[in-house]
Amino acid sequence: MTLKTPLARARGLGSAKTGAEHWWAERWTALALVPLVIWFVISVIAHMGDDYSAAVAWIGSPVTAVLLVLLIAAVFHHGQLGLQVVAEDYVHDERWKLAVIFAVKGGAIMLSVAAILAVLRIALGGPA
Amino acid sequence: MQSDKRPLSPHLQVYKPQLTSMLSILHRLTGVALAAGTLLLVWWLVAAAAGPEAFGTVQAFVGSWLGRLLLLGWTFALLYHLCNGVRHLVWDVGWGFELTQVYASGWIVVGASVGLTILVWILGYAARGGGI
Repeated sequence: MTLKTPLARARGLGSAKTGAEHWWAERWTALALVPLVIWFVISVIAHMGDDYSAAVAWIGSPVTAVLLVLLIAAVFHHGQLGLQVVAEDYVHDERWKLAVIFAVKGGAIMLSVAAILAVLRIALGGPA
Repeated sequence: MQSDKRPLSPHLQVYKPQLTSMLSILHRLTGVALAAGTLLLVWWLVAAAAGPEAFGTVQAFVGSWLGRLLLLGWTFALLYHLCNGVRHLVWDVGWGFELTQVYASGWIVVGASVGLTILVWILGYAARGGGI
């Protein structure tokens, strides 16, 4: 039993070096998403009446495909960072917290890979 | 004292509801809702890659009343999270922390996100050529 406060015990041990990475990643993905989301909303409005072939032609066009892949990557990176913080704040049981965070990160990886692969398939050859 | 039984931040119920805290909570709620909304984005893209039939299923769902209701909710969530996210980024560079500014930017975000949601849906219906 020590009477030192946790702060006194931590003092002088040096920083953990990587503590701000999560915060920064949330910020730069947010910054990237500002123009990407504005582009996406305007584009979806412009293609509201599209039938299947027009929609696929739009998704597969070079500029759209590149921006969609960037959007998907930024959305899922940003989203899993945010959901991680929500889990850390509200799931107080250590095991459940870890399980939820793993599920969030695993889900984000699977969904983003599926979405990116779909865009690439349309852009690089189109559906059979 | 067991350290794991202490009250943990954030314990929201002890505070009086205010615009600032409500918008902060709404930022989280819309963020979680948008995370769920990515399922529709992924479904839409995967269906487009799979072929016309799968794509038609997604279009039919989006066109149904449930699909439209979800899409309306997600439109607001996206535009609110976008506007309030910009508000957060402005705070991050150190601007707008005076109480009057925080309230002013808060009301701007409320107005902008509601206004943009209405605008997006009007433009969306116009782009469909007036059909429902």
